[in-house]
Amino acid sequence: MKLVVLLKRLPDLVEDLEVDDSGKALDTEFLKFTLNEFDDYALEEALLLKEATDGELTVIALDGEDVDKMLYTALAKGADKALKIENAGEASGNRGLAGIFAKVVSSLPHDLVLTGVQSAEDIDGQLAPMVAAILDEPCVEVVTQVATADGGVSIHKEYSGGVVAEFEIDTPAVVGIQASRQAPRYAPVSKVRQIQESTTLETVAGSAADTSVFTVVQMTPPETGGGAQMLGNIGELIKVLESKGVI
Amino acid sequence: MADGILVVAEHLGGKLSDITFEMLGKAKALSGAGGDVTVLLIAGDASMAAELGAADTVAIVEGDGLADFNPESYGAALGAAVEAKSPRLVMVGYTAMGMDLASTLAVKRNLPHATFCLDVAIGDSITATSQCYGGKINVTTDLGAGPCVVSMLAGAAPADAGRAEGTPSTESLPAPASAGKIRFKRLIEPEAGDVDITAQEILVAVGRGIGSKDDIEVAEDLAEELDAAVAGSRPLIDAGWLPKTRQVGKSGLKVAPKLYLALGISGAPEHIEGMKSSATIVAVNSDKQAPIFNFAHYGMVADLFDVCEELTEALQERKG
Amino acid sequence: MTETKSSFAPLTAYSPRKKAQSFVQKDSVVIEGVDISGQWNKMFDAREITSYDLTHMDKLTAIPGAESMGWCYQCAQCIPACPVDNAGGDYGPRKIFRRLQTGVDIFNHSDMWLCTSCQNCVRVCPKEVDMVQIMPAARAAAVLEGNVPDELVEMFQNVSEYGNPMGQSARKRVKWTRGAGVDIRILPKDAQPVDVLWFVGDYYAYHDRGNDAAQAMARVFSRLEIDFGILGADERCDGDSQRIAGEPGLFEELARHNIEQFEKYEFAKIVASGPHAYNAIKNEYPKFNGGSGFPIEHYTQFLSQHLDRLTPLLTRPFAKKVTFHDPCYLGRHNGEYDAPRKLLQAVPGIEFGEMFRCKQQGYCCGGGGGGMWLDGFAAEHQTERLSENRVKEAIQVGAEVLAVCCPYEVSRFEDAVKSTDNDGKLEVLDIIEILDQCME
Ligand SMILES: Cc1cc2nc3c(=O)[nH]c(=O)nc-3n(C[C@H](O)[C@H](O)[C@H](O)COP(=O)(O)OP(=O)(O)OC[C@H]3O[C@@H](n4cnc5c(N)ncnc54)[C@H](O)[C@@H]3O)c2cc1C
Ligand code: SF4
Ligand code: SF4
Repeated sequence: MKLVVLLKRLPDLVEDLEVDDSGKALDTEFLKFTLNEFDDYALEEALLLKEATDGELTVIALDGEDVDKMLYTALAKGADKALKIENAGEASGNRGLAGIFAKVVSSLPHDLVLTGVQSAEDIDGQLAPMVAAILDEPCVEVVTQVATADGGVSIHKEYSGGVVAEFEIDTPAVVGIQASRQAPRYAPVSKVRQIQESTTLETVAGSAADTSVFTVVQMTPPETGGGAQMLGNIGELIKVLESKGVI
Repeated sequence: MADGILVVAEHLGGKLSDITFEMLGKAKALSGAGGDVTVLLIAGDASMAAELGAADTVAIVEGDGLADFNPESYGAALGAAVEAKSPRLVMVGYTAMGMDLASTLAVKRNLPHATFCLDVAIGDSITATSQCYGGKINVTTDLGAGPCVVSMLAGAAPADAGRAEGTPSTESLPAPASAGKIRFKRLIEPEAGDVDITAQEILVAVGRGIGSKDDIEVAEDLAEELDAAVAGSRPLIDAGWLPKTRQVGKSGLKVAPKLYLALGISGAPEHIEGMKSSATIVAVNSDKQAPIFNFAHYGMVADLFDVCEELTEALQERKG
Repeated sequence: MTETKSSFAPLTAYSPRKKAQSFVQKDSVVIEGVDISGQWNKMFDAREITSYDLTHMDKLTAIPGAESMGWCYQCAQCIPACPVDNAGGDYGPRKIFRRLQTGVDIFNHSDMWLCTSCQNCVRVCPKEVDMVQIMPAARAAAVLEGNVPDELVEMFQNVSEYGNPMGQSARKRVKWTRGAGVDIRILPKDAQPVDVLWFVGDYYAYHDRGNDAAQAMARVFSRLEIDFGILGADERCDGDSQRIAGEPGLFEELARHNIEQFEKYEFAKIVASGPHAYNAIKNEYPKFNGGSGFPIEHYTQFLSQHLDRLTPLLTRPFAKKVTFHDPCYLGRHNGEYDAPRKLLQAVPGIEFGEMFRCKQQGYCCGGGGGGMWLDGFAAEHQTERLSENRVKEAIQVGAEVLAVCCPYEVSRFEDAVKSTDNDGKLEVLDIIEILDQCME
């Protein structure tokens, strides 16, 4: 099976995020970027599939800071090929990114494209369904398990409350992975370095379409006080639970 | 000319989900500026339509391959409905089902789309407020005059407002053909085995403050009322009062539920490591100096048994 | 039945693998006129007891660094010395050897992960079976194979991504300085020559109780008018525990990073809060620095040289019964037993007493060698935590305070006091906290 995994980097939420002076974008000075955690699950699920089907796995990412290390890590984990998209310009949001990815994917023979179900900065939609829509391929989001089936794949999609729906999808197709069957494997640093020394990353030119479909008016951190807000009685507690939509 | 609001109803197992009413309530509130509210009910039955009294119109799509949710056939039905009704605003839930529909619709019809929405407003243009970066930043976006799509977060609006009585008109929309590339096979109910605390929306977490194994029942009663699972700090797992699969922390599981209710947990760094990403942390501890209050969003200095009992009762009363 | 072996290889314990050779059975044998024909030669036949499948043993001892596992001759000196065995872990080199011999695959067995590298067995082993060498080598191979407990994987990932095992932001490494109440020079922001480059370490920087000790250290340094600076957000995990837990590549990356930082500044010596950083910088970092090291001291060593100035500052009595836990990596690994005791003896009003297992024979807290991130794993394979065993001993000798000088230990022992239901019976304090408390 020919597998493609789309990897995306985003600001690490371990850092305190700050808004810049324009009030419309994140302050990038102290931003640290990290692989979208769901993409890591997508990669793991793809590796499991590759192993089960003796398949071929290509990972793709947009060029950027520390992207090489991320791609070498994917190779160390078992991906066969890593493609870095260069000169794509500033992708405007996920929508722009989907266009860039779709273009590259369409030039690759593939049965299944996997990526994370969402990322923390998906303000303008999720990558998997958008790439699928552009490629005109079927897509299922919130997938927790993929297996091969006649003419395609059989997948599990998770609804709330732990209910799971099973679908069969004709390939080529795109899935948004919520969780992999096992925890993402660890690539020891020595192995990553070894790959880094013996492999060169392939690059491909990207092209960004003008897809800006909304404008950001403002970004604000939600108001938070330091420490806990103390509640005096059960009534107040119930109000909090109501406001958080849990009861 | 685009006009009106289209709310995509969601249902599973013959029951409309809360998100439908949350969106309907919100749409109703916007209808002054936004126009008529139509609920798109794909493969819904009459009893479901009857619950949608707050809508002006219920548009029903029926046809082959629609009995169970299917990203492809439901997506085609939504696309056709948008074509037919040309609404100014389409509201979809940011849920497992909605995620299959909204982004696809937006790309296929080239519509602006905002997800993670906490709120929407309609004026000359439509603006949405999205909760991004794990709740660390709220982003307000301008989606233009419409048509556009918003994906609403569950719990962003009260469901009650959408549950009004009423007699909406009904209309029937044709089911478009679907290519059949995605085939629904079956629903699998969760196994009766142990719960996966990392997948729970609400956790009632107990610590050494609970005192004895028998008293865990108190927390279990509360959890039942909250539709939650019981988790614990390591000492309870050490003592064999809870299985290892319920341990939160450095050497246990990392959880990030919508609500983490910590009862009688002091807040050691090794415990915090496992739950600090929870959306809302409420801590109940009899010691007002307990470090957990430095990490919780809300705190109560109280006996956990009193809180459990009173809260359980209050919740039971609410349910009637 | 002789075996050739190189002159330096000790008698290999592989000998049981060699089957006794069958003698050619003769119909009649007469020796010195006595007829001994019969069944006698049967006992020289191959017996099952000697035919082990040594695949797993061979796989382990073929790993450079792990050879000495094969030297064990089963004398069992190591077993009573092993803290893991003592805590119900059914452990120690002798047992590991024996299980390998009987065909247990250590790569898929808890034996790979329970050793804390405390070095107590090495001290008593007549055959120089060296777990401190064996374990890192074997684990590195296991990590390459992907056979690693989840808890460790998570820690490796955090350290590799964030430079600390807690997975916290590098920027927050200096957060604790705000509560210290004294000025602390952060060298990347203020690169002046200093006498002391203080290597703060992850637990001092990020753990609540470590913060207390770090703040105490800053205050004590200030009172002693020591000219010191820290690396702030540029400091990364020392890497020693990662090395021993099987990630030598990660260790090298961290070592090179920290060395690069050290080289940016002018200082007379490095002072480390923790024995693990001390051990790494002293014994391992030179390997990545052309063999030349940096002058390094553990904080107890450093302060004990300043007792003339320190003692007069300790004016507030600390009238408690105190015992001291020797950190494996300061004591056995680096031979320092006196410095911490000298500091404690300088504390006014203190009533100091040793535990039964101290100094060379000190008991391990369980945090070394990756044990800090194998708590759940260890709990499944032992009847108690090493830290629990240790706090019971402290209480048994009548101590009110358990003094420590390793940043891992406050968290471990405070937790163990609770988990053994000894709340309120034993206070756990870093020596630096005691010194700080004694200063007015
Ligand atoms: C290496 C290592 C790994 C660890 N891993 C984990 C881990 O994965 N998960 C974990 O949880 N811990 C872990 N720990 C243990 C951790 O350090 C703490 O000891 C533990 O979390 C304490 O649990 P607790 O808060 O339930 O108990 P305590 O700290 O004893 O706190 C009990 C709290 O209950 C309050 N209380 C008592 N009675 C009442 C009442 N009636 N009503 C309300 N409040 C009451 C008390 O005021 C107190 O604050 C680890 C420790 C180490 C060293
Ligand atoms: S002390 Fe050494 S030789 Fe003796 S049993 Fe232990 S490891 Fe083997
Ligand atoms: S180093 Fe310590 S823990 Fe490891 S086997 Fe030897 S005595 Fe046991």
